[in-house]
Amino acid sequence: MATTVVMEALSPTMEEGRIVKWSKAVGDAVKTGETLAEVETDKAVMEIVARADGQLLKQLVAEGATVPVGEAVGVIGAPGESVATTAPAAPAKKPSAVSSQPSAVSSQPSAVSPQPSAVSSQPSAVSPQPVPPVAPADATRVVRASPLAKRLAKERGVDLKLVQGSGPGGRVIMRDLEGAVAVTAPRASAPAPIGGGAPYRDVPLTQIRKTIAKRLGASLGPIPHFFLTAEVDMERAAEARAALNQQLGDQQGKISVNDILLKATALALVKHGACNAWWQEDHIRYWNEVHLGMAVAVEDGLITPVIRNTDRKSLLDIGAEARELAGRARERRLKPEEYTGSTFSVSNLGMFEIDQFTAVINPPEAGILAVGTMAAKPVAVDGQVVVRRRLRMTMSCDHRVIDGATGAAFLKTLKQMLENPLAMLL
Amino acid sequence: MPTITYRDALNQALREEMQRDPNVFLMGEEVGLYQGAYKVSRGLLEEFGAKRIVDTPIAELGFAGIGVGAAMGGLRPVVEFMTWNFAVLALDQIVNSAAKMLYMSGGQIPIPIVFRGPNGAALQLSSQHSQAWESWLSHIPGLKVVAPATPYDAKGLLKAAIRDNNPVIVLEGEMLYNNKGEVPEGEIVVPIGQAEVKREGAHVTLICHSKTVSIALKAAEQLATQDIAAEVIDLRTLRPLDDATILRSVAKTNRVVVVEEGWPQCGVGAQVVDLIQREAFDQLDAPVLRVTQADVPMPYNKQLERLAKPSAEKVVTAARRVLYLD
Repeated sequence: MATTVVMEALSPTMEEGRIVKWSKAVGDAVKTGETLAEVETDKAVMEIVARADGQLLKQLVAEGATVPVGEAVGVIGAPGESVATTAPAAPAKKPSAVSSQPSAVSSQPSAVSPQPSAVSSQPSAVSPQPVPPVAPADATRVVRASPLAKRLAKERGVDLKLVQGSGPGGRVIMRDLEGAVAVTAPRASAPAPIGGGAPYRDVPLTQIRKTIAKRLGASLGPIPHFFLTAEVDMERAAEARAALNQQLGDQQGKISVNDILLKATALALVKHGACNAWWQEDHIRYWNEVHLGMAVAVEDGLITPVIRNTDRKSLLDIGAEARELAGRARERRLKPEEYTGSTFSVSNLGMFEIDQFTAVINPPEAGILAVGTMAAKPVAVDGQVVVRRRLRMTMSCDHRVIDGATGAAFLKTLKQMLENPLAMLL
Repeated sequence: MPTITYRDALNQALREEMQRDPNVFLMGEEVGLYQGAYKVSRGLLEEFGAKRIVDTPIAELGFAGIGVGAAMGGLRPVVEFMTWNFAVLALDQIVNSAAKMLYMSGGQIPIPIVFRGPNGAALQLSSQHSQAWESWLSHIPGLKVVAPATPYDAKGLLKAAIRDNNPVIVLEGEMLYNNKGEVPEGEIVVPIGQAEVKREGAHVTLICHSKTVSIALKAAEQLATQDIAAEVIDLRTLRPLDDATILRSVAKTNRVVVVEEGWPQCGVGAQVVDLIQREAFDQLDAPVLRVTQADVPMPYNKQLERLAKPSAEKVVTAARRVLYLD
């Protein structure tokens, strides 16, 4: 029995893909998991792998051609098998080729629910291997339910997508909810300090939070931004960097100012969990892990690769990972799980000699830090004018999540860490 | 407790109210010497005399207007129409005079009048004489509309109607006049605006009034044999509707069938459905269904007439559908 190879949705937003290169020629033997072709998606160049053993019987799409997700691109079968007899595979409308919901993480119930979005909300457990598409029909189907069933599901925390409806057209009605299990986790009432346990906690919106969200959202786009700027004395950080690099000697990899900035930001976020959060429309998700997004300019745009658990990594590791991710980002070879799931982002235009700027928040994150260039300037220290290396950084905050004082407290901690790098050891 | 007919219950109400208040009088075709086409006014001419039991010519618009004038002058007329099909001729007085006078006089001229008579289809009276007028009448602000289903309610609601200081429409049923029911001796007044739960049930609510109450109760009996507990609500008053009783039942059963004798378009059931979808949307497990007369003039042919009318079988079918059983 022949197997049709289809264009898979390799990223959450992918609607079509271009076959960059066939890795297997017609007649080549293929094994499950082997790369068949390289595909350029809207974000990166990725691979389509074989879902069956056999021989590549046919390439239905030429190199360079673009086809919509779900369309057949090739056929795998037994040698000599007639392709014409092949029944077309059901097109995968929106398969999530990338596992977004790891099975191994935590007690978060969403880990077992087939969420329609393939965006990883659980970055710590992204599957390293491509996973076959999962029930796309279920993932995308519109839930039809009686008003009563909808209300009861909401009250009981039942995900209607998981309930089989017995009414006309699959409508979920009251009797279908009998025995349905709640999937909503018990909810915490306030953000807790970062560290340990579940990767995040969801906190329902209070009335004042709802009002802030509504009123500020109406005034400035969908995300009500506000900006906080601080100038940081980088003299000691720069000295520390020089000393560390001297210590490293000729070893590969040097520590950059950016690496120090990333590490300090991550550590400051650990102390200010209120800034390490996602706006989720009807609740706020406070992350207990810090995953820093790092804005990287690419040829025709911008992408934000993610350094997972930044707070727990050494400066050397952060530096190596940042360079490696940035390199692959420029080659457009990032996997979706490498540019999704960040909890906070940093954008650094220092190398362009920008004094200061404001960055646009990368939703659903609640904040982003825009870092300007480090420059020597005269400042007053202890009543004396001296020359110090300084830089300005501006935090953009989603006011629905972060209030002025909250952001300011985070920025103050960050400033203190950079001005006294030894504090990072604490 | 005495068991009496619907017609005698109405007769008691008229007699008691005329004894109680000398301003109350009855007027209409054949109400005096003939004692009423349906014998509702039996014995009243003898007891109260020709001044208070007034036979009129066959001129509905005229005597309805005289009634409105008498009410303006301080009397409390009860105007009987031989059937509501004939009262269409009098609608100008009912709608434009009786219903509007209090409003247009800035509250100076109340019209304490009752318009009453049989409403809805009887048997083989054909298209022009088999009509249910409640949606026409309950459309009008300034009117109250009651439709008693039982002898008890017939007496209690007619007494309430006569005592009300506004124009009240009393819709009786030609097929109900002979029905018997328990009516206690002495004073009973059924407040206008109160529905009654005739039968309790947890699975589906059947909302009905007047003649369709017996249809709904029969359907509830049949449903009970299928282990379906139907709640039956008799609206009794169509304007103002008893929202609270309806909504309480919807919250309990989550499924509703509305039954009425009228046509579907702009019917009483449509109004009830509007209330439910607006005020109890989140309680509904199924769309509300209606059982009405077929959307055609009433056929004369006996079999076609039977098919055109609401029936217990149709109500059972609708109830099973809102329960997703069929």
